Amino acid sequence: MNPNTQLSSGNSVSLKQKVLPVWNQLGMLIILILLCIIMAIFAPYFTEVNNVLNILKQSSITAILAAGMTVVILTGGIDLSVGSTLALSGVISVMLSNAGFPPLLAMLAGIGTGYLAGVINGYFTAVTKLPAFVVTLGSMTYLRGIAFVISGGLPLVLKNKFFIFFGAGSILGIPTPIYIMMVVYVIMFFVLKYTMFGRHVYAIGGNEEAARLTGIKVEKTLINVYSISGLMAGIAGVVMAGRVISGQPNAGVSFELDAIAAVILGGTSFVGGVGRIQGTIIGVLIMAVLSNGLTLLNVDFYWQMIVKGLVIVIAVLLDKLRN
Amino acid sequence: MSSAVDSQLYRTSKEDRSKEIILSMEAIHKSFSGVQVLRNINLELHKGEVHALMGENGAGKSTLMKIMAGIYRPDSGRIIYKGEEMVWHNPLEARGKGISVIHQEISLSPNLTIGENILMGTKFPKNKLGLVQWDEIFKKTKIVLESIGSDLNPKLRVSELSVAQQQIVEIARALSFNSEVLIMDEPTASLTDKEIDKLFVIINDLREKGVAIVYISHRMDEIFKISDRCTILRDGQWISSHPIAETNPEQLVKQMVGRDLNDLFQKKFSPPVTPQGEPVLELIDVCDKGIVKNISLKIYPGEIVGLAGLVGAGRTELIRAIFGISKMTSGVIKLNGKPVNIKSPIEAMKHGIAHVPESRKEQGLFPNLSVKENMIMNQMHLYRKGGVLQYASMNAEIDKYMKDLGVRAASTEQNVMGLSGGNQQKIVIARWLSIGPKVLLLDEPTRGVDVGAKTEIHKIICELAEKGLAVLMVSSELPEILGVSDRILVMHEGKLKAELSKEEATQEKIMYFATGEIKK
Repeated sequence: MNPNTQLSSGNSVSLKQKVLPVWNQLGMLIILILLCIIMAIFAPYFTEVNNVLNILKQSSITAILAAGMTVVILTGGIDLSVGSTLALSGVISVMLSNAGFPPLLAMLAGIGTGYLAGVINGYFTAVTKLPAFVVTLGSMTYLRGIAFVISGGLPLVLKNKFFIFFGAGSILGIPTPIYIMMVVYVIMFFVLKYTMFGRHVYAIGGNEEAARLTGIKVEKTLINVYSISGLMAGIAGVVMAGRVISGQPNAGVSFELDAIAAVILGGTSFVGGVGRIQGTIIGVLIMAVLSNGLTLLNVDFYWQMIVKGLVIVIAVLLDKLRN
Repeated sequence: MSSAVDSQLYRTSKEDRSKEIILSMEAIHKSFSGVQVLRNINLELHKGEVHALMGENGAGKSTLMKIMAGIYRPDSGRIIYKGEEMVWHNPLEARGKGISVIHQEISLSPNLTIGENILMGTKFPKNKLGLVQWDEIFKKTKIVLESIGSDLNPKLRVSELSVAQQQIVEIARALSFNSEVLIMDEPTASLTDKEIDKLFVIINDLREKGVAIVYISHRMDEIFKISDRCTILRDGQWISSHPIAETNPEQLVKQMVGRDLNDLFQKKFSPPVTPQGEPVLELIDVCDKGIVKNISLKIYPGEIVGLAGLVGAGRTELIRAIFGISKMTSGVIKLNGKPVNIKSPIEAMKHGIAHVPESRKEQGLFPNLSVKENMIMNQMHLYRKGGVLQYASMNAEIDKYMKDLGVRAASTEQNVMGLSGGNQQKIVIARWLSIGPKVLLLDEPTRGVDVGAKTEIHKIICELAEKGLAVLMVSSELPEILGVSDRILVMHEGKLKAELSKEEATQEKIMYFATGEIKK
């Protein structure tokens, strides 16, 4: 009818076509950047180097847990036990270190404990085919119980300097946990993109039945998936012990929920098969920037909880609208 | 004297009743995403009749019934029920007016009692406090059950019942809505002969009460035993309707299958009529714990064997047993003359068996991955260097398959869900060719694929056979079976009923054996 209306409708289509892929790729990164800009404007201290390092340091534990959680959620599963695993790994490594074992060995034992806890989760999920939610809800409880039993319920003060360095030290002015977090993410990126295991994770998450019929060893892959999550929780537990200079049986309570929130914020779908590790680190940082910035702005802690909760729901809603 | 009058009265009233139209469907059209599944269908349903609805797999029977029951809405056409034009907005509305469906899959809640299941969807009797009156539920449902001659205790849990008893509960539920039209979709599929007889007594009883029953079944003997009239559909079109007394099984089969074969692909090259050497795949008395019973067959190199039969005949189950997805309970599988014990798809693959499954979306594709990864998923281990995947080194192999199979995609990095059904199917086939198989098991290789791509896939299958592959192809499309196969096996209720050579096979013959011959 009117050439002008045609022209404008044509434009809007091409605009949509241009904007959508960019949003799909970078949506959450844009939100993170916007969030940083807003914080920088209203809370000038936000951009100080010390504050930035503080944000990264504080988010490192959640980030390491979330890296493992990403792999689990990519297969369509869930791991609720990572907070408890973190506590048990911390307690065991501190006990061994205080008992005179070489610090490196004590730390490896703590990490190994996490790995083992993951293997058990994986076995029950993959081989006996129990729902991951139930299996890890159970291990969340018994692992925490074990941590209390062996520690006698009390925090164990960590004495070894080398061990403490891994959680509380710094290299070239940057806290050690940040390095550990970066190494973990580089490795996980590589594993998911460039190993057969990684691609099988996506295949199983996308279509488990097809994966089975295609000859993928689904059980073995799933056991490895939960083992990786346990391993990450073990690493996080050791770093945490170093940072707070003690092994605490009640460490990491509800950390699994922070990790899950970060993964979901990062665009990984609960259904499985969709998501990237880069998204997860952005999700972790959004949560960290939010709580740091709100604190700087003197927002009451209780209000912070309300804001964070709403951010999670809105982020997932945006994600759904996108699809 | 008076009794003679009575019987005469009864007869006339019965005849009157049988001419009274309770429901008619006029010029019904329906298409799904551009594919026309029903074209100009007319159906008249009389009060107090059993009306058999017949046709091959995919003829449109289920779709038509779903329209009648308000599950789908027709694109055009009218439904006239008790003289009034009706537009169903949902199945509840149709059920409220007296049209009920008993689906092929039983849809009861296994952990609830029979009584609750029967009254599900109605208001439970309540006392003054608004609490459920259990006595009333069981009393009410007992009456319904007794009305169809069943002595089942309504307090039993459905999970404790046999399939036949569950079916009775389904019927009772349908009747508790005061149904005047009852649609039964293959109600005898999982019943024993004795249970079928019982069901027929109930159906007869309902007919006497004036209920109109639409009876969908593939079993010829049942149709002739129970129904009054029949309607035949083929490829979404109405073919004929007539009283069952005026027809015979041969005529019905002819009307169900009579389709033109001219425009479909025909295999040109054939292996020698008397196969040479050793069979690649041999089955001896293979059974599974479900439907498959004592299947023996041989497939020679370069041969395409078509496995025909109706849905539920056990063809897919047989394929799954060969590929190690389900367990064999007895029997032997031999590959190149040697017995093998295949317990999983991984082992089947190692023995050189490839399997293109029945449903692409649910069993074949990885929806979030690229064309490339979907193709290479079986053979990823070949493209690693020190555990690291070398994506670039896959390209040569991928390009070869893209070209050989004529896959049309913008890029191999494209998401696989963006492609057409035909191209997706080619990708699944390519994935299996990459293992260099000796035996190719195809389950409905062209389902949901457009005509052009169908022909291309048929060509691919034939070329593969020419290169020496042994192919076992399940298909519900008779023209496909006839066009591509060198030899045709027909299954019915888990057993092999016939083996036909390419020359002797016709649609009628296959259908005759697939419907289980006629018990005379």
